[in-house]
Amino acid sequence: MIDVTEEIISSSLRIATPLALAALGELVTEKSGVLNLGVEGIMYGSAFVGIATAAQTGSLTAGLIAALVSGALAGLIFAFTTVTLGVNQHVAGLGMTLLMISLCNTANRIMFTADGGQVRVDPWQPLNFGGPIFSQYLLTYATFLVAVPFVWWLLWKSGLGLKIRAVGENPEAADVAGIGVAKTRYTAIIIGSLFMALAGAFITLAFVGTFTVNIINGRGWVALALVIFGRWTIGRLLIGAALFSLVNAGQLQLRLLPSFADVPFEILLALPFLAVIVGLAISGRNVPYPGAYLKPYKRL
Amino acid sequence: MKARFVLRASTPWWRGPLLIAAAALLTILISAIMIRWAGGAPIPAVRYMFISPLQSRFGFTESLLSATPLVFTGAAVAIAFRAGYWNIGAEGQLLAGTIGATWVGLHAESLPRIVGVTLILLAGMLFGALWALTPALLRTRLGIDEVVTTLLLNPVALLIITGLLNGPWRNSESGFPDSDVIADSTKLWIIWPNTRVHFGLALGIVIIGLCWWFVGKMSGGLKLRAVGLAPNAARIAGLPVERTLLTTALVSGGIAGLGGASEIAGVAHQLTTGISNNFGYTGVIVATLAALSFIGALLVALMFGVITVGSFSASRALEIPSQIGQLVQAVLLITVVSALVIQKYRIVWTTKKSEGRK
Repeated sequence: MIDVTEEIISSSLRIATPLALAALGELVTEKSGVLNLGVEGIMYGSAFVGIATAAQTGSLTAGLIAALVSGALAGLIFAFTTVTLGVNQHVAGLGMTLLMISLCNTANRIMFTADGGQVRVDPWQPLNFGGPIFSQYLLTYATFLVAVPFVWWLLWKSGLGLKIRAVGENPEAADVAGIGVAKTRYTAIIIGSLFMALAGAFITLAFVGTFTVNIINGRGWVALALVIFGRWTIGRLLIGAALFSLVNAGQLQLRLLPSFADVPFEILLALPFLAVIVGLAISGRNVPYPGAYLKPYKRL
Repeated sequence: MKARFVLRASTPWWRGPLLIAAAALLTILISAIMIRWAGGAPIPAVRYMFISPLQSRFGFTESLLSATPLVFTGAAVAIAFRAGYWNIGAEGQLLAGTIGATWVGLHAESLPRIVGVTLILLAGMLFGALWALTPALLRTRLGIDEVVTTLLLNPVALLIITGLLNGPWRNSESGFPDSDVIADSTKLWIIWPNTRVHFGLALGIVIIGLCWWFVGKMSGGLKLRAVGLAPNAARIAGLPVERTLLTTALVSGGIAGLGGASEIAGVAHQLTTGISNNFGYTGVIVATLAALSFIGALLVALMFGVITVGSFSASRALEIPSQIGQLVQAVLLITVVSALVIQKYRIVWTTKKSEGRK
């Protein structure tokens, strides 16, 4: 029983890593008043670019760097369309997601699967500090020990964070106070995209070591839900990520039980998504959206 | 030097078409680069993709067939967005529709065809609307953002289909994870002899017409538009905002589900995990490029039908990935939407010196 509990906690941390990273990225972005529905696509793009580069160069580090570059580029295009042009954020974000998915599927076909193959690398191995719980990937440790405090500090303690929150709540007032609204939003979107890219790269470079079509499979949408569930605070966001991951790790264990042998495993796979919706239904009422959420800013 | 976008007082009539043409050219250029990378010759490939489907009867009717599901999802997304209800779950609603339709199709032996067809279409519509119900209730009763909930239900619908196909609906002859063929009495009529163009297309066009008539001409449609344009003003004016949103969401889901039934009963005749080639998400592109007009959505859907068929024939002839068709559609979305915004602005280049005087 202890073993099962430890196993569930251990795999929860693994499952939570990309979700927490992507949700932190979405949090930084939304705090500046911009909804980035490109999160699914940016994860997809960096997952592919990361493993493609790693496979070509033989270096996982090079793959990670390339994944981050792809995330920053996607963020830049998204920022141009939503901040500079003021395109509807739902449309621009979904467009970015569809663009990255189709681009990567095309590139995957050209580079790897045209002759029936599949891209593979030797992924990162977990670092073992004793026991299943402390046998995790470096990126998992980095996420919870470095990225989480960093984003907390960035948003609530740093000068940039103050600017991000200011342009997210009241861009007119921020502008009058001399804060560059467009510049701050560009910065927030690109920082957010880098976190989303880390999330995508983690999946291919550490978690699975290969790339298949539909590899992100809605994780970006879960991250989006976690931000709302977390009411734009890091603590609650992490609680949401933990709950989702526990349900997910739990269903992985359930599948091994004989009494669940007859339940199609796809139904169990759907459970975490339904859990998120239930979570939103319970705690998503009257949530404090950033004041300028979805509103482009143009000086008149 | 810094660039600033300044709102134009008036837009010359030629700027819109010019910028859209530029967006289309940019899209073709980007696809040409990908085609070149894939080792194909860009010019023949572009001709295959955009023109050759229109040059043969087979290409043309196959384009109509490919456009059919997009007519439904385009209309579904357009009507929801017009009401300001961000339904991004047309994918899941269409998939739910295929589940309902397949269920009827597998159980409706020996019915008169008119009854069978009516039942299968109704089932698709009902399942699509049911799939849209939860996010709609969460939005209208508890105020929970429908974007996230409709998105989250898309992978769930696909998982349920995979579960059904690996379980109770596994093919009884081959054992493969695709369902048995539906009863003959539930298959849609072919409306263009000796092609695969089926009754679903006619139905889709009727749906487009109904949406156009209702949203544009009826008082209920006026309410819907008012809720979409200014929900607070509509609420103050005493319009039933929540009820309008709920009804629109269900109609939108129903239309998407009908699109799923049309695919099952019209062309696939069995459920597979690949039954939807991203039709729901593409519906968002279709509706957006049509600026949420229903007639426009029909035209964009037909154009996308051509691109889909074209990319498959280019793929066969030149050995380039057929995925390029979806890439073209996504790039087109971003470039055209950007062009539509840019046409309203002019770019002012400011130097350090002139900035001091602004």
